[in-house]
Amino acid sequence: MAEHSTPEAIKKAIRTYMFVGSALIVGTGLTVWASYIHFGSNAWNITVALIIASVKSFLVAGYFMHLLSEKKAIYATLATTAFFFVALMGLTLWSMNDFPFFTQVFGGK
Amino acid sequence: MEIPYTVTPRRDTGLYNAKVGIWLFLASEVMLFGALFSSYVLLRVGADFWPHGLLNVPIGTFNTAVLIVSSVTVVMCWANLKMHNFGKARVYLGLTILCALAFLCIKTKEYNDKFTHYSIRFKDDATAAAFLKEAYGSDDVKVRKGVFANTYGQVDEKLVPEPRLLQITGHLEDKAGFLDLAKLTAQNKETIQFVPDTPKPAPGEKKVETGHKAFSVKVSDLAYFSAWVPKHNTYFAIYFTLTGLHAAHVFGGALVMTYLFFHGRRLWQREPERMTNRVEVAGLFWHFVDLVWIFLFPVLYLL
Repeated sequence: MAEHSTPEAIKKAIRTYMFVGSALIVGTGLTVWASYIHFGSNAWNITVALIIASVKSFLVAGYFMHLLSEKKAIYATLATTAFFFVALMGLTLWSMNDFPFFTQVFGGK
Repeated sequence: MEIPYTVTPRRDTGLYNAKVGIWLFLASEVMLFGALFSSYVLLRVGADFWPHGLLNVPIGTFNTAVLIVSSVTVVMCWANLKMHNFGKARVYLGLTILCALAFLCIKTKEYNDKFTHYSIRFKDDATAAAFLKEAYGSDDVKVRKGVFANTYGQVDEKLVPEPRLLQITGHLEDKAGFLDLAKLTAQNKETIQFVPDTPKPAPGEKKVETGHKAFSVKVSDLAYFSAWVPKHNTYFAIYFTLTGLHAAHVFGGALVMTYLFFHGRRLWQREPERMTNRVEVAGLFWHFVDLVWIFLFPVLYLL
């Protein structure tokens, strides 16, 4: 990583790491706080919690794992992983048509 | 023969080999945890009632903070190696190992709390109602709803469980763990000393403690008796599978970092860049472990 090659650049990066670490702690507090607030339905509470978790994981992956400035080989690996992960979750959601709730409420559609 | 590309980047990938290796490994890990998350979703959507509030949120929050701090310390270790500051880097590596151990100790305590917690169910309504009266002074709808909520987290507006269908939660007076009905029978136990949990109050109402007293329960009156172990219900099955696998990752990461802590100096003196790369690779694994927990914590503890 070219931007991490000089001591000055590393010192600058350290300030970013500290900021990101603090943001993650605040994000954890926010997750707990949000879980005690009713956003209208359980689905909304789950959505809010997953959005906060996604932002936190972006911070970890982007800054701590240096994914914001990586080489193409790693992006290609992760793009493949993302494709299969989304496919797996897509199959999971698709299979929910089999559950009684959906059969009763939506007539299996 | 020397291992190629431990320090110098390959021309085609632009990376040293270990980095490509760890990312390929992490890609497989995403699918491993992804499959288990998928199982979690299917189990939860397929359940009539999904337990909520059975885990200790303050302890879980603290453990999340411990993992975040450890992510900062491991990246600080790498940054100090980049600045050729081995002494300081070693301190940060030591702090990371301490955080990993703290996380595992706290998790063990949490597990132990579950293994020594029980759910019981009586064979018939009369015995169950008598127990409720003895333990809580009443077997009315409010008490039954509160006892039901101890298992599933929320007080259901419509559902009024019959006494024999209620799972009453609590612990044994001697704090014994891992027991079930078959083990009690094998031990020829005729009675247990059961300390029932205080019923969860309805929303807006204050919790009235029932004194944490032990009551004698005949084993022959019980239809169900189980510690909160994986086989108790699907919630605990997926909870222990996900957190157990995650804890195994924490343990594995801690082992690697302990090796680097004690044996890293020699490599640092010989090939400092290679040592820096090793810490970077271990750090990438460690951040991934943190990243998984970022999703596990809300999914299992809060939602």
